[in-house]
Amino acid sequence: MLNASLKELAAALAQKKISSVELTRLFLGRVAKLNGSLNAFITVDAEKSLSQARAADERIAQGATQPLTGIPVAHKDIFVTRGWLTTCGSKILSNFVGPYDAHVIERFNDAGAVILGKTNMDEFAMGSSTETSFYGPVKNPWNPAYVPGGSSGGSAAAVAARMAPAATGTDTGGSIRQPAALSGVSGLKPTYGLVSRYGMIAFASSLDQGGPLAKSAEDLALLLNAMAGFDARDSTSVERVAEDYRRELDKPLAGLRIGVPKEHFGEGLAGDVGRAVEAALEEFEKLGAKRVPIGLPNSGLSVPAYYVIAPAEASSNLSRFDGVRYGHRAKEYRDLADMYRRTRAEGFGAEVRRRILIGTYVLSHGYYDAYYLKAQKIRRLIANDFVEAFKRCDVVVGPTSPTVAFKIGAKAADPVQMYLNDIYTIPANLAGLPGLSVPCGFGRDSLPVGLHIVGNYFSEAKMLNVAHQYQKATDWHKREPAGIQP
Amino acid sequence: MNWEIVIGLETHAQLSTASKMFSGASTAFGAPPNTQASAVDIALPGVLPVANKGAVERAIRFGLAVGGEKLINRRSVFARKNYFYPDLPKGYQISQYELPIVKGGEIRILTKSGEKAIRLTRAHLEEDAGKSLHEAFQDMSGIDLNRAGVPLLEIVSEPDMRSAEEAVAYARALHFLVVEEIEICDGNMQEGSFRCDANVSVRRPGGPLGTRAEIKNLNSFRFLERAIEFDAKRQIEILEGGGKIMQETRLYDPDRDETRSLRTKEEAHDYRYFPDPDLPPLVVKGEWIRQVKDTMPESLRERHKKIVFYGVAAQKADLHIASRNSSTFALSTFAGAPKEEVPTLSNWILGPLSAKLNEENLDIRDSKVSPDQLRELSKRVADGTISATAATSVVLPALWEKEGPVDEIIERRGLKQISDAGAIEKIVDRVLASNAKRVEDYRAGKEKAFNSLVGQVMKETKGKANPAQVNEILKRKLAG
Repeated sequence: MLNASLKELAAALAQKKISSVELTRLFLGRVAKLNGSLNAFITVDAEKSLSQARAADERIAQGATQPLTGIPVAHKDIFVTRGWLTTCGSKILSNFVGPYDAHVIERFNDAGAVILGKTNMDEFAMGSSTETSFYGPVKNPWNPAYVPGGSSGGSAAAVAARMAPAATGTDTGGSIRQPAALSGVSGLKPTYGLVSRYGMIAFASSLDQGGPLAKSAEDLALLLNAMAGFDARDSTSVERVAEDYRRELDKPLAGLRIGVPKEHFGEGLAGDVGRAVEAALEEFEKLGAKRVPIGLPNSGLSVPAYYVIAPAEASSNLSRFDGVRYGHRAKEYRDLADMYRRTRAEGFGAEVRRRILIGTYVLSHGYYDAYYLKAQKIRRLIANDFVEAFKRCDVVVGPTSPTVAFKIGAKAADPVQMYLNDIYTIPANLAGLPGLSVPCGFGRDSLPVGLHIVGNYFSEAKMLNVAHQYQKATDWHKREPAGIQP
Repeated sequence: MNWEIVIGLETHAQLSTASKMFSGASTAFGAPPNTQASAVDIALPGVLPVANKGAVERAIRFGLAVGGEKLINRRSVFARKNYFYPDLPKGYQISQYELPIVKGGEIRILTKSGEKAIRLTRAHLEEDAGKSLHEAFQDMSGIDLNRAGVPLLEIVSEPDMRSAEEAVAYARALHFLVVEEIEICDGNMQEGSFRCDANVSVRRPGGPLGTRAEIKNLNSFRFLERAIEFDAKRQIEILEGGGKIMQETRLYDPDRDETRSLRTKEEAHDYRYFPDPDLPPLVVKGEWIRQVKDTMPESLRERHKKIVFYGVAAQKADLHIASRNSSTFALSTFAGAPKEEVPTLSNWILGPLSAKLNEENLDIRDSKVSPDQLRELSKRVADGTISATAATSVVLPALWEKEGPVDEIIERRGLKQISDAGAIEKIVDRVLASNAKRVEDYRAGKEKAFNSLVGQVMKETKGKANPAQVNEILKRKLAG
């Protein structure tokens, strides 16, 4: 059961081979056993989960099931969840119990899925290693001395360690794809606007997008079916007809044009990662796909542009955490300004404070044009690079991250090194394009390597098809970390 | 040497939508604190703004009214104005900065020195902040977020006004426009639905603009006038004493009738405006503008024409369009009335009915006498059933007190006129006989004596004699 696909779990539930309560207990047991060492979950509430499971079992008994009914799903602690502690990995929200459900949570609840728990994350999703969490770092299930990637590191680790069949995450600069790569699971960041941001605590609004993490592309498709869809409460949500993202899974890849951007294979790419990606490209050729060399000439500007735009938006988005209405408030203060200062200095960790400062600076009078406006122009150039690329290819493929997982603490003191982790994933966020990562082998210290697939706007079904065909031909996604097997 | 005062106004008009600018919470005034603050208004984590279509349509109306379709930006952008304050839950206010929904336009004002056009710079949509209550708690401040997120249209004028009188005329004209003409604001100044910030500077005529002071939150026309007068005087005194004006924000204190510094330019916030990434640019297509245009309230100028067409003199018609409600009342009264009765109906509305409304401090919309009743009443005067005096002095007050239908009141009060010539003649004879002195006076050329005789006859008939008939019979008898 721990290794079963979502489709298999749904079948087992439908055939009453297992009940949702039993399934939920199984995974809760896994969490109880492993969370002490991996720290993937911030909050687990067995009673709440089991009561949802009981409701799901009733639904199943009545035959009113949907594909996810009765299946436990772990949610990144960035999604506001009614009655659940929702911390966003921060001290400032360490006492915040969700008074409402995020759109994504609503969707899973409506589908009859069970909330398995809330997963650990970099504080306010700011990080690439899940080390900035107020609740301590998450360990990589493949080797606990290493980071799982971030910011959705808790979700990635939970799926990798088979503590959850599936999980949700959010991706602002790579926060689903990079931890998926570093933890050896599959993760999808949909087209901006496909999944409602309502109830997803904002980091950088124009870049944030929720998406699923799971063991396979097929599972991702099923999860995306539940997550995607128009929501009038999010003005950036895109109104379009619902689709079944599984519909193209079985299409053969013959004739597929795979764009390979030379900029993503140059300096900075570790040899082990490069070799695994090259092998994957050869695998695609075997499946009948064609390799098309492409250029993304402005991709080198993506990290600096991102580190202007994302902190700028964050500096404003995080202003609401002021100790006035909810969340942490400093115990002692002299006056209002002192209350703000102490509350926010105590409540936010170093990385969050750094980004608020950067963001405040780049939006300041006299600097706005030179930084924010310039970064927005670069953003346009990067999006145009992809427009050009997609005239010549169907998907863009490369490495998800330049290296495999690094040791906990190795980059914690060097923000720029940390930021460069997302060099290949950030362009898709800046352009608003969908991207996914699937396991494609192992590198140094037997750590997983991720393959990055970027598609055109709203081409998730096509990308999932590409990933699924690859996973049918390979078994990297079926490998699981040694030492934590059941 | 003389000084010229230069004034520009920034006016916040609260838009009369049922729900807030970016949330579904109610905008009704006066609810218990924080009962009209939704998750969006209190800025819970994860919530997002959705622009209120009704507020946008009101802004479009404004653009159409101050200059037409060309003033409405087909694409405008919501921006965040960042600053920390406890009654600003998000830590930023959503406003419009570089691209407002309305650019340009003008408001025409009338003062003693004649008509003048005041140019508008722009009008933009934004949300209001909540309220801080410093008095109610010891050593603490209370925060009421009911007002947080209420939609505002900020209307910015060019510095085209040259006196407090002009500024007040502009503010009044703007108030009339948004409240009465295009009905986008309830205009209640005590409740803060219409408030002005005045930018005031002084200069030598023809010279460059002086440094300005911005006087915040003037919520009455009188305060606006007093604040400008005080501050202009203050500035002139400083300059004449050899000093310099500091650019600053000031507050007007109505109790002491003076302005006081709130903060100087150095203390001013850097608001770090940037486009709100939660809200796509506001796109207003021509089709939408046309829809708004089609649903615009009929202009009061148009209504004036109609009222004149019904038979009211132009100057009196001006009084009927003093508010939208009074024009509505007048039009529904005149519609269906015979043309010759319209002047009387008009006089009744502007005279006795207005007096009653004032007395009870009622808007004409809540008049206790309806247009239909007024028409029935005037019909009874026209057909000679009752006298005009009886109509206004007896029936109208009775209708006001809801004593029943017009005919019932006439009947019950015994107001029917005596039109029986024989009966009147007998009374006239009696009056003439007992008023020999007056008769003599009249015959000696004292016209006044005639009126006194008419009065006597009316008194004898308790006012029920048809006055025209009385006149005619009296004249005949006196002549004979």
